[in-house]
Amino acid sequence: MNIQKALASLLQDRTSQVKNLFVNYFGPPLLALSGFFLLCGIILQMRGQSPLEFYSIIFVSAFSSLDDFGYVLFNATPLIFTGLAVAIAYKSGLFNIGCEGQLYVGAFAAAWIGIHLNLPGFLLIPLCMGSAVLAGAVWSAIPGFLKARYGAHEVINTIMMNFVAFALMNYLVTSVYQEPDQMIPQTSQIYEAARLPRLASLFPILPPSNPLNLSFLFACGCAICCYIFLTYTRWGYELRLLGNAPDVAAYGGINPQAVIVWVMALSGAVAGLAGVTEVLGYRYRFLDNFSSGWGFTGIAVALLGRNNPFGILMAAVLFGLLNKVALDIEILLEIRRGLFLAGQGVLIIWLVCTEGFSRRKN
Amino acid sequence: MIFELIPTTLRMATPLGFAALGGIYSERSGVINLALEGMMLIGAFGYVIGTQISGSTWIGLLVGMSFGFLFALLHAVATITFRAEQIVTGIAINILALGITEFLVPTPEQVGGLPQWQLPFIGSYSFLIYLLPVLMVVNHILLFKTPWGLRLRAAGESTEALAAMSLRRAKWQYLGVLLSGVFAAVGGCFLASEVHYFTKGMTAGRGYLALAAVIFGNWRPVSGISACCLFGFATALELANRWDIPVQLLNSLPYILTMVVLAGFVGRSRPPASLGKMES
Repeated sequence: MNIQKALASLLQDRTSQVKNLFVNYFGPPLLALSGFFLLCGIILQMRGQSPLEFYSIIFVSAFSSLDDFGYVLFNATPLIFTGLAVAIAYKSGLFNIGCEGQLYVGAFAAAWIGIHLNLPGFLLIPLCMGSAVLAGAVWSAIPGFLKARYGAHEVINTIMMNFVAFALMNYLVTSVYQEPDQMIPQTSQIYEAARLPRLASLFPILPPSNPLNLSFLFACGCAICCYIFLTYTRWGYELRLLGNAPDVAAYGGINPQAVIVWVMALSGAVAGLAGVTEVLGYRYRFLDNFSSGWGFTGIAVALLGRNNPFGILMAAVLFGLLNKVALDIEILLEIRRGLFLAGQGVLIIWLVCTEGFSRRKN
Repeated sequence: MIFELIPTTLRMATPLGFAALGGIYSERSGVINLALEGMMLIGAFGYVIGTQISGSTWIGLLVGMSFGFLFALLHAVATITFRAEQIVTGIAINILALGITEFLVPTPEQVGGLPQWQLPFIGSYSFLIYLLPVLMVVNHILLFKTPWGLRLRAAGESTEALAAMSLRRAKWQYLGVLLSGVFAAVGGCFLASEVHYFTKGMTAGRGYLALAAVIFGNWRPVSGISACCLFGFATALELANRWDIPVQLLNSLPYILTMVVLAGFVGRSRPPASLGKMES
């Protein structure tokens, strides 16, 4: 009798756990997404266009062929890195709004090495990526240090560092390293050896024109590493403890100042890799202003992925899909892609509101 | 030579100044406002749309201000009522403003500027430029010399003090955020009325620069607007481009200076004590 009761209560616990998981964890993002697509449909109906056509174009544009889906994953690649970068900082209670600047300095460092060192690929590619990691880390550690040492808010400082990075990149690319005899603000091309191979050359099922490259696999690897780091290592534990219970962390002998600096550096390092995807994987040079707000989209990606590396992977693919679809919609239905950008804004606001609301209830 | 730069300095500093006034109101009431950028942009958009439809720049100004108000309302509802993360909400509003204005981009039809006032010795400028110093003084008095200002600042400093006066913190924070939206939108309107067009992302980081000016000016109207003039002067130097200084260095100077001040190397910057904190 008692066993039956216990079993019943256990079962109830289990179902309520699953229910909780769905209500609190997957619920808001899924609701937000369906709301977004519904809203798009309504706007189209108001403009006198067919929402059904819109939905079918989304599907065709993203999934009709491997080539199309390759573009989706290609768009997702930098967003995986920036999403992870935001999440790493967020887990320790810090905001890294400076991913945009960090990915630029990372990209430039990689391009500089790729232009100046003529080495075999197995040396040059790690060197390029290492320099990007280092540059991103340094750029981000500065706000971290200012926060740890002087208590200056990292949000403001990362934003300021963004603008400094934009100015510095613009200076370097127009005054010092501009490609000779060209008007475009870009550097010369990097050596062949530094270029990451396209996945099409490894898997012939993709057409050779598809830009999806090795950096996508690096991004997936980075997500797995982040998961292991955050969940199973001592440093990951310190980081999470600082985010969840700063007082306990200090009491437990963790030096918050040191953690703040290295967390920001780590976050910047990952953001720096987002720049590598463009320089080593696609354009093979540094172009001024190449990123279309990937650093800021990373905030949305991290939020939608609930700061979980695998969630971020999925969220980044979703945003990659939206970017790809936005282009086709713009051409086929003459709807400006601003609609998707606006939708992204609404999505973020909705997510933080539900998060804040549930925190308030608790 | 310096005198030649004054007109450009004023033109560059005015939109920043209005947005900075807005930032001061929001942050003094305890709500972080990174959405100044988006509020300026939607203000500029409203000005152009309103002027194109009605033909009157005054209506345009009004439409711009009400758009800024609506966006500020969104920020207020999200952050104060729903306790959403203020920093993320601010950035989301900037993304939203960028998206909406790109989606509904107005026809590239020139719009008129706001009325200009001719003054002896000074020249002819948009009336908003003359309004700014007046507003600076008025807002300083309002914030620091009246009970009203004391209560608004109390919302950002200490919740207990407000509770002791049996005042609701949320009400004062709503007021601060809504005022910030209107002020920032006026800054955007000025921008659009000077260039006569709306272009995608035309605020180009001015909202963040205004926020930097707020911090640089220690969350006070007079010093905040002085900081805007300093930043405006840096831009004027950059545009004049007559010296052998890289323009990008001048461009990034305001940001570097703000970081230096925020770290406390020069002067002392003290944010409102409960800035960004929400009682649960």
